[in-house]
Amino acid sequence: MKIPWKKVQEKIGFMIIRLATVLVVLILAYILYDIFKKGLPVINWEFITAKPRKGMTEGGIWPAIVGTFWVSIVTVIFSVPIGMFAAIYLNEYANKCRIVRIIRLAIRNLSGVPSIVYGLFGFALFTLSLNMGLSVISSGLTLGLLTLPWTVTASEEALKTVPMSYREGALALGATKWQTIRTNVLPYAVPGMLTGTILGLARAAGETAPILFTGVAFFWPILPKFPTVLFQQFMALPYHLFIMSTQHHEIVKVRPIAYGTALVLIVLIVAMNGLAVWIRYRLRKKYKRA
Amino acid sequence: MSKIKIKTLDFNFYYGKFKALTNINMEIETHKVTALIGPSGCGKSTFLRSLNRMNDIIPGTHVEGQVELDGQHIYDKKVDVVDLRRRVGMVFQKSNPFPKSIFENVAYGLRINGERNHGKIAHRVEESLIGAALWDEVKDRLDESAMDLSGGQQQRLCIARALAVKPEVILMDEPASALDPIATQKIEELIFELKKDYTIVIVTHNMQQAARVSDYTAFFYLGELIEFGETDQIFTNPKVKKTEDYVTGRFG
Repeated sequence: MKIPWKKVQEKIGFMIIRLATVLVVLILAYILYDIFKKGLPVINWEFITAKPRKGMTEGGIWPAIVGTFWVSIVTVIFSVPIGMFAAIYLNEYANKCRIVRIIRLAIRNLSGVPSIVYGLFGFALFTLSLNMGLSVISSGLTLGLLTLPWTVTASEEALKTVPMSYREGALALGATKWQTIRTNVLPYAVPGMLTGTILGLARAAGETAPILFTGVAFFWPILPKFPTVLFQQFMALPYHLFIMSTQHHEIVKVRPIAYGTALVLIVLIVAMNGLAVWIRYRLRKKYKRA
Repeated sequence: MSKIKIKTLDFNFYYGKFKALTNINMEIETHKVTALIGPSGCGKSTFLRSLNRMNDIIPGTHVEGQVELDGQHIYDKKVDVVDLRRRVGMVFQKSNPFPKSIFENVAYGLRINGERNHGKIAHRVEESLIGAALWDEVKDRLDESAMDLSGGQQQRLCIARALAVKPEVILMDEPASALDPIATQKIEELIFELKKDYTIVIVTHNMQQAARVSDYTAFFYLGELIEFGETDQIFTNPKVKKTEDYVTGRFG
């Protein structure tokens, strides 16, 4: 029996689509497999909690983990409130005029600016002009700028998903605009806002270029207490990975450390994304049936 | 002699450049039900939403002329729109309970208006639910989500929510259009009860409903008020040909 041509077409079409999907998954799986295979053997308690020793050929990556942690904290404190408030303003208060559209377009475009440009900008603004020097603060604020467009856009999208009828219902009862937003819009938008924010932060935590100019150090195992830690240079996971894989004088010897660092970084970022999913799931459930 | 609650004088309404309402002159009596009828897009909902300035939240709209509530021009700069909306409540076409408990839905208006005393809130919630003929159905499950109620119950919950803040006027935008006949009948009976205490303005597509529930009827067509009078007169003896054509079902 002859198979009709359109059925053959369909089969070929599906085959191509399926192949593309499989290819994407395979590449990703291979990268993860490679990093796990070469990184897992070096991971132990000492690797996580010790400082690098002997010209960074032995020891652990604790200072890099701590550095990434503090930079991320500064990033969050800077970009989350500003991003959320900007989104609330743009979506709830601003008139739908041309200027607001241009502002929104500009914000979206900012998320496409190469991170090295943010690095240069942060260097010029925070490190030099504002005299913050090479420090956790400078780097955190620079990464904050980098995540702002993500935070604003994600928050705005989250606000848009709250039905207009919630706002109208509250306004019709004599609520002020701010009461309406606070009690009847934000609670339902916060899960989406948080998710977008954490995803933006996860991206920032893995960035190298913006911190390169503004405070990250090749080797800086000094770990003073908060708040002193904010005003000095630091080590960070992505930069440590870059050093270990391309800049070290004994590159073959430190290769396992590079893989171990990559693994820690990936696990950290996957954990943050997982947290985002979990928060969204929890809050959605809470507000669906409250 | 009954009192005039709302009065409009040469009221015009614009969406951008589009004139949606032209020279509306109308008087709405206290403790009466006034129905607004007319084909889709005739401006009746726009007119309704002008009475508590809900249209303010739509960008690019503006008004000309006067809308008076108890003699006070509501579009005056001195008028606090938040206070106006507390006095002129609204029930929407699509029931819009908040995703909170039944109790919290009704308590919402009280809380945002600054009531903190739980006893007072609970008392007022009960009163409002009784007023909206919903109390017997929900009194044992006030903590359950309002989203689990049926469509008709949700709409009565929205009425209870509006009643809780003790408005003087209740605007209803096709409150029964999405409901089955039995739920619709309950809403209509409720409207009949509510007019003892409130002034009601209702937009409806359903002419039998207008005839059943209202004391006065206004017929809108293409943004103009074609005819306004007692409901009996509008339906049995309309003065304008267009009204007659519409109420007898010849167009619309």
